[in-house]
Amino acid sequence: MGRRIGARIVQAVVVLWVVATLAFILIHAAPGDPFGYDAPSVTPAVRAHWRHLYGYDRPLGTQYVLWLRNLARGDLGYSVSMHEPVRDALANALPRTLYLMGVAVVASFALGIGLALFQVRRLGTRRARWAGAVALFFYSLPDFWLALVLLLAFAYWWPILPAGYPVDMVMHGYMAPWPAFVDRLRHLVLPALTLTLLTTAAVARFQRQELLDVLPLDFVRTARAKGLDERAVIRRHVLRNALIPTITLFGLALPALLGGAVFVEKIYAWQGMGWLAISAIGMRDYPLVLAAVLVGTAMVVLGNLVADLAYVAADPRLRVG
Amino acid sequence: MSADGVDRARRAWARLSPGARAAAGVIAVFALASLLAPWLAPYRVGQQIDIVHLASLPPSWAHPFGTDRYSRDVFTRILYGGRVSLSIATLAVVVSATVGTLYGAVAGYAGGAVDTVMMRVIDALLSVPRVLMLIAVLALWSPVPVAALVLLIGLTGWFDIARLVRAQALALREREFVVAARALGAGPARIVRRHVLPNVLGPVIVAGALAVGNVIVLEAGLSFLGIGVHEPLASWGMMFQDATDQFVSAWWAVIFPGAAIVATVLAFNTLGDALRDVLDPRQLPGHAALEPPETAHG
Repeated sequence: MGRRIGARIVQAVVVLWVVATLAFILIHAAPGDPFGYDAPSVTPAVRAHWRHLYGYDRPLGTQYVLWLRNLARGDLGYSVSMHEPVRDALANALPRTLYLMGVAVVASFALGIGLALFQVRRLGTRRARWAGAVALFFYSLPDFWLALVLLLAFAYWWPILPAGYPVDMVMHGYMAPWPAFVDRLRHLVLPALTLTLLTTAAVARFQRQELLDVLPLDFVRTARAKGLDERAVIRRHVLRNALIPTITLFGLALPALLGGAVFVEKIYAWQGMGWLAISAIGMRDYPLVLAAVLVGTAMVVLGNLVADLAYVAADPRLRVG
Repeated sequence: MSADGVDRARRAWARLSPGARAAAGVIAVFALASLLAPWLAPYRVGQQIDIVHLASLPPSWAHPFGTDRYSRDVFTRILYGGRVSLSIATLAVVVSATVGTLYGAVAGYAGGAVDTVMMRVIDALLSVPRVLMLIAVLALWSPVPVAALVLLIGLTGWFDIARLVRAQALALREREFVVAARALGAGPARIVRRHVLPNVLGPVIVAGALAVGNVIVLEAGLSFLGIGVHEPLASWGMMFQDATDQFVSAWWAVIFPGAAIVATVLAFNTLGDALRDVLDPRQLPGHAALEPPETAHG
């Protein structure tokens, strides 16, 4: 077990390094740099001075080595567009994304597994087919479209929820603890709902298939034969075994969830990682773009690592070999 | 496709559910409508009919889906947008399916250390947040030609198909007819071409159908951010980008392109699900994009 964890951590570091290198090349080789923006008042001499100051005039190889060395020390560079170190910009944005994605993950796995159970318990009935159709429908929705439609429906046509930002940008600082908490929740509803609906559909489709795979196995027949009622069979025997592959789904769903979060954050002005990445790209703020890609990758790698270890912990068959 | 393949396809069609046939019909209608856009469209593509009097009109008989703020007919733009959205998605998936099938077949048939290394590479590639990376690269290199967009989407989407094919190839390796072919002196290249590839076609078609749906959404999202296709081309996602900032006052310019995307993607996913049930009842557990690695742990 210890060796296994060690090997996986080494692998994770290698993956991060490869992605970092790839991203560095693709991003730095692109035309332009953070100081190429259109501003007549900035003279070429000033631009050249800035480029020299931040090291953009050095050869790409030197820049890469410097960046990597700083990265190893935990220094992600300085964000020109945010006027603060990249680390500070991330420190503000990352918790917001984790909070949003955490809520969506918990809600969608609970709802998705529940929906799949509903379908399998009532296999072949009209209601089960309807549930499947609804899951397929939400699975087919573009994330940004659902976000826009929910925004239009619940913030404009029937304005019961705020349209954007994690909190009320003007009043939140003046609120008492309880109203501030409510304010936070109200701002969370629409972005979290969008992400949850999309992810629930994916989880439900996956879980249903896993349940159906377990259903014809011998031990299920044994459980029925010894007189357990169908609810107990499904809960105690089918679900417990069908949940094991769902652990890996958590790791595999993370990239899609992160992609969805980019659009959701942009549309609801939720100032997390996705929002930060898009605004950094617009400003050609290379260190910040690189950091965003890297943190996104690290989240996925870490998620997969946790899922992988949890898988081994949950399935005794894998501990022997 | 061999005669056997045609026969299999015919039998598969006969076993499709009514819903799946309806989905195939929807796809056919959208494909035909896009192909015949120059003849079906009531206006010329990109035509600004009368920007003073006919901008942002709600749906009417003259403009079934209304007009956008530049007085362009939304129905016409959806017809032409279908060309862009559907062809980009199809081509990108063809790229993904080709690369993924070859990679997976080689890894699975070779087995051993080659397989292990090739699969570790896939594990690593799957950790890259695809959307974030695509946004960064496309935005910084903007404007990107359509061919490059297709390649970028295609080359970041073959990992699942490769895994799928690899699992199949690994199983096929030990089957009697493959062993027999090997005993008769067939080389690896011939076995992969004649025996492995034809037998993994079914799962690849299923994964491809589902992937087309995903890529339509992905391209729409990128174009929505203004970094997918560029003027004068217009995909369904780009129509969004043109219209979002006024979608409260002119909802039709947002809802109808969105409905076109949803209908098409729903059709592809329905068809993919049904094909999976028909083509390979037990070979493709779960959704291709969310498939767990089959016990690489053991």
